[in-house]
Amino acid sequence: MGRFHRHADGTAHDHDTAHDTAHDTAHDTAHEDDHGRHGDHSGYTATGTSRIAILEDIFSENDRVARENRLTFDAAGVRAVNLMSSPGAGKTTLLARTLAELRDRTKVGILEGDIATSIDADRLQGFGAAVALVNTGSGFGGECHLDAVMVRSGLDRLPLSGLDLLVIENVGNLVCPAEFNVGEHAKAMVYAVTEGEEKPLKYPVMFRAADVVVVNKIDLLPHLDFDLGLFLANLHDVNPTAKVIEASARTGTGVEEWCGWLTGQVERELAQH
Amino acid sequence: MHELSLCEAIAATVSRHAGERAATCVVVRIGHLRQAVPATLSFCWRMLTDGTDLAGCALEIEQVPAVIRCRDCGTESTLEVPLMLCSSCTSDDVELLSGQEFLVASVDLVEA
Repeated sequence: MGRFHRHADGTAHDHDTAHDTAHDTAHDTAHEDDHGRHGDHSGYTATGTSRIAILEDIFSENDRVARENRLTFDAAGVRAVNLMSSPGAGKTTLLARTLAELRDRTKVGILEGDIATSIDADRLQGFGAAVALVNTGSGFGGECHLDAVMVRSGLDRLPLSGLDLLVIENVGNLVCPAEFNVGEHAKAMVYAVTEGEEKPLKYPVMFRAADVVVVNKIDLLPHLDFDLGLFLANLHDVNPTAKVIEASARTGTGVEEWCGWLTGQVERELAQH
Repeated sequence: MHELSLCEAIAATVSRHAGERAATCVVVRIGHLRQAVPATLSFCWRMLTDGTDLAGCALEIEQVPAVIRCRDCGTESTLEVPLMLCSSCTSDDVELLSGQEFLVASVDLVEA
C-alpha cells in the first residue's frame, strides 16, 4: 500500500514503496523551487523518464457524454432537471405531488437513480408519467451518484420526444452527485428542515451548484428548534443566486410554486425552438 | 465517496497517453472546492492500479486554492471556507477565479 503525505506548499501525494528513493531525491532538489507554482515541474523527473503535460479534465469523459445527453434532450425538445438531495429529504414524495399537479398540462418523464431496489420508481407509477429506473449497484456496492453514462443508459427506455420535462432523480447523497454533470439544463435540490441549519456550509458544492433549493418539510417547523433565517443566511453565503421555495411535500405547501419553476424551465426550452 | 470513479477516469487518461510506455508518476491538480479527499484518492488509486499496467505509478496531488474576485471593489481573496463573500467589502457579487480544477496535469513516462 502506498503512503500519503502533504508538503508545506499544499501539494500531497502517495508514494509507491519501490518508487520512493528516486522520487524523494528528485523532490529534495527540485520541489523547493516549486512553491506556489503548479504545472512547472521542469527537471523534476527521475532519470530515464520524461514528463508529458496532459492538462485534461478528469471529468472530460463524463462531460463528453453529458454533452451528448444534452444534445439528445435538445433534439427531443425536452427540458432536463437534475434533482438532488440527501437520503430522506423528500425527493420522491415531492415528485409524486409534482406528477399529480402537472399531469394534465405537462408531459413528464422520470429517470430514477437508486443504488438498489425499485421502491422509489414504483411509488411514481400511476401518475401518467414515464418512469425509467437506473440502479447504480454494481462493482463495489453501488455508485453513490448518477454520472452521464448511467443517465445515457436509461434514456432509451423513455419516450423522450413525447416529453416536455425530464426529472432525473439522483441518488440520495449530499456530496457526490454535485460533482457529475449528466447533461441537465438545471440543477434542483430538495433540502429538509430536519437536516439542520449548517448543511450549506458543510456541503457547499451541492448547495452552490443548485439553481433552486426546495426547503421541504416546512410543516414540521413548530416541532423543531430549526432556525430558518440562519439556514437561509448560510445558503445565501454559499449560493447568493439560488431560488428558494419553502414547501411541504406532505401537505402540499409550496408545491404549486415548485411546479411553476419547473414549467418555467419547460417554457425556456420551448422558447429555444 | 466517489474517489474510485475518479481514479478510474485518471487511469484511463494515463493509459491513453502512456501507450506502450510505463508510467511512474501522474500529477493531478484538484481545486479546494472539489470534494475529493486526497488520502482516499491515494488509497483508491493503489487499490485500482495494483496488478495492472499502472501498478507502481505514483499519484501526486496538487491542491489549488479557491480564489474569488469581488465585482464591486476588485479585491481578490483566497477562501479558507467556501463562503462566496468578498473579504474586503463583504459583497456577495463575486466571481470564482480558481478552486474548481480537476485535471490530470502530467504523467512521467519511462523513456522508450
